[in-house]
Amino acid sequence: MARMKFLCDADRCIECNACVTACKNEHEVPWGINRRRVVTINDGLPGERSVSMACMHCTDAPCAAVCPVSCFYTTADAVVLHNKDTCIGCGYCSYACPFGAPQYPQMANFGTRGKMDKCTYCSGGPEADLSTVEYQKYGANRLAEGKLPLCAEMCSTKALLAGDGDIIADIYRERVVTRGYGSGAWGWRTAYGETVSV
Amino acid sequence: MRQTLSRLVAASGLAAAGAGTALAQVNPTASSVNEEALLRALQSGEAVSGRASIPNPEASALIAPDNQLWATMQGSTLQTLSIVAVLGTLALLVLFYLIRGRIRIEGGWSGRKILRFNSVERFAHWLLATTFIILALTGLNLIIGRTVILPLVGEGAFGTLTAWGKIAHNYLAWPFMAALIMVFVLWVIHNIPAKIDLEWIKQGGGIFKKGVHPPARKFNFGQKIVFWAVILGGAAMSYTGIMLLFPADVGSAADWQFYQVIHALVAAAMSVLILGHIYIGTVGMEGAFDAMGTGEVDENWAKEHHSLWVDEVKGTQARNDAQIKPAE
Repeated sequence: MARMKFLCDADRCIECNACVTACKNEHEVPWGINRRRVVTINDGLPGERSVSMACMHCTDAPCAAVCPVSCFYTTADAVVLHNKDTCIGCGYCSYACPFGAPQYPQMANFGTRGKMDKCTYCSGGPEADLSTVEYQKYGANRLAEGKLPLCAEMCSTKALLAGDGDIIADIYRERVVTRGYGSGAWGWRTAYGETVSV
Repeated sequence: MRQTLSRLVAASGLAAAGAGTALAQVNPTASSVNEEALLRALQSGEAVSGRASIPNPEASALIAPDNQLWATMQGSTLQTLSIVAVLGTLALLVLFYLIRGRIRIEGGWSGRKILRFNSVERFAHWLLATTFIILALTGLNLIIGRTVILPLVGEGAFGTLTAWGKIAHNYLAWPFMAALIMVFVLWVIHNIPAKIDLEWIKQGGGIFKKGVHPPARKFNFGQKIVFWAVILGGAAMSYTGIMLLFPADVGSAADWQFYQVIHALVAAAMSVLILGHIYIGTVGMEGAFDAMGTGEVDENWAKEHHSLWVDEVKGTQARNDAQIKPAE
């Protein structure tokens, strides 16, 4: 089994937000929920860089560490998923996550938020693969169809890479060596404890 | 037409020349932001941030590595601490019971009763007590339930249970705060530290030795400690709890995390204290429960534990009796 990761090559990202739109459309997520977003650092200044960010599917995921009902689990592909039937919408995971991945459909009285929603690495949830109920709760399950996450698949500049961590790290490393620069594998040090060394 | 064309050509020529000089002078990647450098420059509690086109200000925070510190704190440190605090206190109380045994009324039951707490005082106490116990259990469940209860009942049932527990915790916080204010107003006058308390401390409250009964008014020094710990701890719980209930108004995520840690630590400390309080009010001491049960305590119990208070009550009664007597 692969160790699935995302890698955003910020030197290629043009902040077109196609990944964000593709994700919303593929999973039909409700209004106000953004499983993926693009953040531009030093916007408008020389050397600005844009980074597409979603759940990084961390090693030793901090969301799982704080969840009071242990609704998180890691798949054989090292994708961090959660069970919405167990989730109590307490919001702890959103305070533990370094990447702002957990999203909530509502903000009601006393901070009640509804069931948490986040990037599933296009691999559904605990329901039966490719079932209607899985689609309704978690969105499409492209991994079960043998496909990679749509955000990365349709990235026009191939900035956003998805796939086995070793393979996408090699691709990124080769790019950095070829062009002579790279702003880093954003989030890798925080999510996996080590970044891509070139 | 020809003029326009030539102008266009000139303009594009200029632009090309400009780009040429820029390429020669500026390396477009030299000043580019770099993740490693940004992480190194990050202050504690801060996030690597930029601008996001989503109308949610939180979305602009890209990486906040310090959230992991809170995750470790909540996920393991506070969990271990809560288990040790509760189990440790229970073990100590069992040990104390085995060594000291039940503290008896040495003079035996006199059969005469004195009113110690009226119905308003008992209502305030039991409202505070019941809400505290539910808040403590549902709060403890949030922190250690997944290691203690989840393996027993399964994920589905535990999720439902905890969801209800969360609702109870959110709503019962309000009657708890109301009761806290009631208790403060009713008893603060009796809980001002006084010189007499030094004697109580000197004799160790008579807790560890039979036959030792330091003088005390309505509340002895041990009870004053419980009172002030409940008032101050309860106030801290209420303040941090309100902050946690309205996360959108708290400020940054780091502030919320700070309130959560204080909430859990004070909760553990109060649970330890209240376990001791429950022990001495029930199995630990003969005659003590009546004070909050019926409100009336046995006179011998009162003389042993609150000698000065008994004198006060008797004095007031005698004065009242004298006043009621018709003049002849």
